[in-house]
Amino acid sequence: MSTILIIEQILNGLQFGVMLFLMAAGLTLIFGVMGLINLAHGSLYMVGAFAAAAVAGATGSFLLGLIAAFVAAALAGAIVEMVIIRRLYKAAHLDQVLATFALILIFSEGTRWLFGSFPLFLNIPSALSGPVTLPGGIQYSLYRLTLIAIGLAVGLGLWVLIERTRIGVQIRAGKNDREMISALGVDIGKLYTLIFALGAALAGLAGALVGAIQSVQVGMGEPVLILAFVVIVIGGIGSIRGAFVGALLVGLTDTLGGVFLPELFKLFMDNGAAQKSGSALASMGIYVLMGVVLIWRPTGLFGARA
Amino acid sequence: MRVQEKTINALVVVGLMALPLIAFVNDEPFTITLATRAVILAIAAVGLNVILGIGGLVSFGHALFFGIGGYSMGILAHHAQTYTALDLGFLTTDGTKLMPVIWLVAMAVSAIVAYVIGLLILRTSGVYFIMITLAFAQMFYYFSISWAKYGGEDGLSIYVRNDFPGLNTLIPIQFYAICFIILCIVLFLYARLQASPYGLALNANRQTETRVETVGLNSMKLKLVAFVISGAITGLAGALFADLNRFVSPTMFSWQLSGELIVLIIIGGVGRLMGPVIGACVFITLEHFLGGLTDFWHIFLGLILLCIVLFARGGVVGVLTGKEGAHV
Repeated sequence: MSTILIIEQILNGLQFGVMLFLMAAGLTLIFGVMGLINLAHGSLYMVGAFAAAAVAGATGSFLLGLIAAFVAAALAGAIVEMVIIRRLYKAAHLDQVLATFALILIFSEGTRWLFGSFPLFLNIPSALSGPVTLPGGIQYSLYRLTLIAIGLAVGLGLWVLIERTRIGVQIRAGKNDREMISALGVDIGKLYTLIFALGAALAGLAGALVGAIQSVQVGMGEPVLILAFVVIVIGGIGSIRGAFVGALLVGLTDTLGGVFLPELFKLFMDNGAAQKSGSALASMGIYVLMGVVLIWRPTGLFGARA
Repeated sequence: MRVQEKTINALVVVGLMALPLIAFVNDEPFTITLATRAVILAIAAVGLNVILGIGGLVSFGHALFFGIGGYSMGILAHHAQTYTALDLGFLTTDGTKLMPVIWLVAMAVSAIVAYVIGLLILRTSGVYFIMITLAFAQMFYYFSISWAKYGGEDGLSIYVRNDFPGLNTLIPIQFYAICFIILCIVLFLYARLQASPYGLALNANRQTETRVETVGLNSMKLKLVAFVISGAITGLAGALFADLNRFVSPTMFSWQLSGELIVLIIIGGVGRLMGPVIGACVFITLEHFLGGLTDFWHIFLGLILLCIVLFARGGVVGVLTGKEGAHV
């Protein structure tokens, strides 16, 4: 086990983590401000990936594909919010779960109907393909490195948006006291649609970016959605900072666990058995992490709500 | 038109008795299998209804217990059919093909898992609870995928359905009878539980937890007992479901299944005795007929669900009786 491999795996974990953050940021924002648990967030991730694959396939431009993913997911989010979601803000969690579960069914089957059951492929643009040499002579995929950079940039952008702009002030105020902010003349309905569309756009962007390394297919969103849930439970629901820390923790645990646990088990087991039990435990690792965090802090690392 | 809930309940029971008999007379074994599926899903959903309907806790991970029940059956029968020993550390057995034993094991394992997990997750509530139950079910899902000894992703096939003394379980109507009687017993227990002092306390706990604590009841204990009962019933349904298909796979742990169990309850009516049963019948009927019309029947299921949430609060029972029922 060399240092190079360890650094490579840490970078892979970071890349996975920042992409999870794009998903989790929207989820946690939507829950924090509107009090809505949105299972259909994974569908918006899928919408982004399909839009990117379709547009990039037709035009040959990856950048246009990304823009299409961002716009399509934001649009889908805004429409869904205006037609259905806004009726659910005051509903019980059970109704929200059910309605957004119904939306998953509609989105998934609708996409299957439009694009068929076979996965689409989205190619990494040639400018970003191939390895790059990092300081210390480590070869690493340029595309994955770009993903890390994009994720960090989006995180910074979100921080500026929420902490330094007028809209951000409204979002934070909406989190604390929605009656007061609407009494002050802010159109709360519009604000909610905007936040939902923003969350959707981030999910769509993540879908398109990850779609280029994995295949673009129906049902791709739900595994990520469940991981994003784990992330925001660890970080504390409603906290963007928590989502960021949680996403990196989950990304690193998942990636490093998958590589190092089998190696660790090989120290005291034969190779085959170590491989099996190691990978079995690794796939459970993030849930164990979540359990530990919850015993320690039942509302997550940065959560304030009880 | 307003119908009494009792009338609806009686009609459902009569229907579930009559339909398979008619199918039996007309020699339509497939209809009987469909009805068996509905009855087994109904048992699972009645289990979920204990914690969700009476207890007000939205468990989005009940497939966990369904899967544990399924794997209990799968592992025991697998060892019995391959004549290999199952070494549990403290005990070595040859597995078994006997249904009652399998059911007991399925319920016991589910109850133990529910107890351990419940201690951890019942500290949380609301959205945290929803997400954590989901996450725990996922954990078991991934574990079952990587558990190569019992089939991993491919699952386990059981060649012959397990035995019940005195019956030939391979004849659809006889297996249906077993499942139907179990459903009746579970429904009877549910009704008794709901009316018992414990059930009333659990119901009160759903409405105002603080008050329940103030009068000296232990809210955590109430919820934990409900979670264990709920898990055991759903585990039993899982064992039956695996026996119906003669197959277990990680999909029994899938989050879609957890979602579908909630859907069954909502279609029928939350916290109603017969809600899950009606929901299961409607669901299986929709799946069969819409599924026959189009490959994309889930779109219509989604639209129907949206309509129920937005317009028909209280599900089928709620609409027929004109009463919304329990709020969760």
